Amino acid sequence: MTLLRHTHGGTITERQALTINPAKTCQPIGAMYAALGIHRCLPHSHGSQGCCSYHRSTLSRHYKEPVMAATSSFTEGSSVFGGQANLHQALQTAFTTYEPDVVAVHTTCLSETIGDDIPQIVQKATEEGLIPEGKYVIHANTPSYVGSACTGFANMTTAMVDYFSASASPDKVAGRINVIPGWVEPADMREIKRIVRLMGLEAIVFPDTSGVLDCPQTGKHELFPRGGVTVDQLRATGDSIGTIALGPVCSGPAAAQLTTRCRVPNTVLPLPIGLHATDAFIMALRKYNGGKVPREIADERGRLLDLITDMHQYFYGRTAALWGDPDQLASLSQFLMTIDILPKYVVTGTPGTKFLKRMGEVLGDRKSEAQVRQGPRADMFLMHQWIKNEPVDLLIGNTYGKYIARDENIPFVRHGFPLLDRVGHQYIPTVGYAGAIRLLEQILQVTLDKIDRESPEEQFELTL
Amino acid sequence: MRKVAIYGKGGIGKSTTTQNTVAALAEMGKKIMVIGCDPKADSTRLLLGGLAQKTVLDTLREEGEDVELVSIRRPGFGDVLCVESGGPEPGVGCAGRGIITSINMLEQLGAYDESEALEYSFYDVLGDVVCGGFAMPIREGKAEEIYIVCSGEMMAMYAANNICKGIVKFAEAGRVRLGGLICNSRRVDNEREMIDEFARRLGSQMIHFLPRDNDVQRAEIRRQTVIEWNPTCPQADEYRTLARNIDSNQMFVIPKPLSIEELESLLLEFGILEAAAA
Repeated sequence: MTLLRHTHGGTITERQALTINPAKTCQPIGAMYAALGIHRCLPHSHGSQGCCSYHRSTLSRHYKEPVMAATSSFTEGSSVFGGQANLHQALQTAFTTYEPDVVAVHTTCLSETIGDDIPQIVQKATEEGLIPEGKYVIHANTPSYVGSACTGFANMTTAMVDYFSASASPDKVAGRINVIPGWVEPADMREIKRIVRLMGLEAIVFPDTSGVLDCPQTGKHELFPRGGVTVDQLRATGDSIGTIALGPVCSGPAAAQLTTRCRVPNTVLPLPIGLHATDAFIMALRKYNGGKVPREIADERGRLLDLITDMHQYFYGRTAALWGDPDQLASLSQFLMTIDILPKYVVTGTPGTKFLKRMGEVLGDRKSEAQVRQGPRADMFLMHQWIKNEPVDLLIGNTYGKYIARDENIPFVRHGFPLLDRVGHQYIPTVGYAGAIRLLEQILQVTLDKIDRESPEEQFELTL
Repeated sequence: MRKVAIYGKGGIGKSTTTQNTVAALAEMGKKIMVIGCDPKADSTRLLLGGLAQKTVLDTLREEGEDVELVSIRRPGFGDVLCVESGGPEPGVGCAGRGIITSINMLEQLGAYDESEALEYSFYDVLGDVVCGGFAMPIREGKAEEIYIVCSGEMMAMYAANNICKGIVKFAEAGRVRLGGLICNSRRVDNEREMIDEFARRLGSQMIHFLPRDNDVQRAEIRRQTVIEWNPTCPQADEYRTLARNIDSNQMFVIPKPLSIEELESLLLEFGILEAAAA
C-alpha cells in the first residue's frame, strides 16, 4: 500500500501555485533555535500562542528535550491595538518568575503585519523598569512570509551582533576567533569547538546550543542549562581577530554585520560537512594558528580517506535525492560528489540568489545529469515526481522523506531539520572529518541493509 | 433591512452627510443603526449630540469578550442606534483588523437580528480603503448598496473611481452594488453636470446634489445634524430629498470604473483643466 498514492510520474506539469510538502519551514523556528544558543536565554515569540506552540513542539520532538519559550499570546484585542501591553506583561513575568539573563524576542506574521515596533516597545519597557539591571531584551524581525527558518536563524544571530558585539579596544585579541556555526546540531557545535581547540585557537562560538539541547540526565531539571554563549562572550566578539561563518545563508549576515560594526574581518565558508568543506574550514583556521595542523586532525582526515577508498565500490555510480536547507544541501552535495554519488535531485524552499550558483560549482561537469530547484514549487512533491520517473539509490533529508522512502523502497539517511522519529543527531556530529565518517557509515548502513534484504539466496554474502 | 455603506475620499463629508441623511430617514420614521468604521470614532457625534461613546473595541479591550450589546450601542437623534467600531491610536496596531473584529462582534451579539426590526443599517467607512479591513463592510452578507460621496474636485473623483474598482471585485462574488454618487458640492465649475456625467459613465447615477451651505457647519458646531438644529432651513430639505431618493432608489449596478485617461478627459471636457491652466 503506497502512502503518497496521489503522486505520479510521467509528464510533470509546471505548477503556477500550490506548494505540496514544502522543503522549508518558517522563520521564527530558526530564530527560536538560535536564541536557545545564548546562555540563560528565554526565546520569546511575539504573536499568537499557536506559533510558539508549534515551534516549541517541533524543537522538542527533534531534540527530545523540553524547549522553553514564551509567547505574547495575542488575542483579538492585541491584533487591533498592537502587542505592547502583552509584551510588557510577558517581560515582567519572564524576569520575575523565570529570571533569564536574556529574552530574545522574535516576531511572527501577525505582529509583523500589524507593524509592531519591537525596539519602541522594549524602550518603553525599559523606561517603566520592567527589565531588571543587567538583563537584556534583544529582538529579530521574523515574518514567515519572507525567507525560511534559515532566514530566522540568520536574523536572530545578526541580532546578537547588533545588541552585544562591541570593540573594547583598538587591538584585537590574538589567537581568538569567532565561529558562527550555522544551523547545525548541538553535537556539531561541540565538534566545531573541539576542532578549533585542537588547532590551538580560542573561539567564541555563537550561537551555541551544545549543553542546552543535549543535556545530560542529572535527575534535576534546569530551566536554563549550563550551555550557550554568554552575554560577555558575545560582547567580546568585537575584539576577536576574525570571524569564520559556516554556511553563507545562516551565518553570513551576522559575520558581515560584525565586520561592519567592529571591523572584525570575516571568512564565509560552506558548512564543514564532508572532506573538502572540512578542509576549507581547517585551512581557514590555519590562517590564525600559524599554519600548523595537529596530528590528531590529520589522522582523522586520513581515516576518512581510508573509509572512502575502502568502500568506494558501494558509492561509485549511485545517485541520491536531497531536500532541506541550502547550507546543508550544498555541503552534502559536494561530499556526495567527492565519493562519486551523484546528487541527482536537490530541492530547497529557501530563497536566495547564491544557492543555484554554488550548486553549479559543486556539480561541475555533471550539472546536466542533475535537477536542482529552489523556491516555493521546489517541494518534495516535485522531487518525488522526478524519482517516480527515474529513481535514485539514496535519499538524504529530514523526517518528512520517510513516506517517499517507504513508497519507493529507497535507502534513507535522515539529516537536517526536523528529525522527529530518530535519535542520534543530537549526540553524534556530522561536521568535520569524524562527522563525515559518521555520514558514510549511515549511507553504507542503509545501502548495504537493502542489498542484504533483497539479494537472492545464492548471492547473500556474509562478508562484503 | 437595507444595508448601506457610505464611502468617499477623506474629508469629503461622509460622516456629516451620513448623519444628516440618517436623521432625515429617522424623521420619516425609519428604524436605523449607524456603524462608524473609523478608528477616530467620530461618525455618530452629531446624532449623539457629541456624547462620548464607548467604542466596540474599547469595550472589548476593557471588558474582554463578554461584551453586551447595550454597552456599545446608544440611541441618538430619532432613536437612531449608534455604534462606533473604534480602533487603535494612530501608528500602532491594526485599524483594519479592528473593523473586522467589531463587525463580527456586532453580528455575534445579534445587532442585525430580525428581532431588532431594523429597516436600515449604515456603515460610515474611513476614506481610504487601504486594506482588507476597510472593505469588511462590503464583503458578502454585509452592506449591499454603496453610495460614494464625492465632489467635482479631481482627487475626490479619483478616489470615487478607485472605490468603484473595489466594489467591482466584491460585486462579482456577491450582492454588493453601487447605489449612486452623492455630490457634496465644493462649488467647482460645472460640478453638477460633471458628476452627473461621471456617474453616468460609471453606469450609475448622481442620487443627489448637495449644495454647499454654512448651516451644516453651524449645526455641526452645536454637535447636531441640520435636521435637528434647524428643521426648517433649506439645507435640511436637501438632506430630506437625499433621504427620499435613497429610500426609493431602484438603481443598483456593478460600476464600470474609468481609466485614468477617461477620467482626465472628463475633467478636460468640463473645463477644469482649462480653468486650472488659465
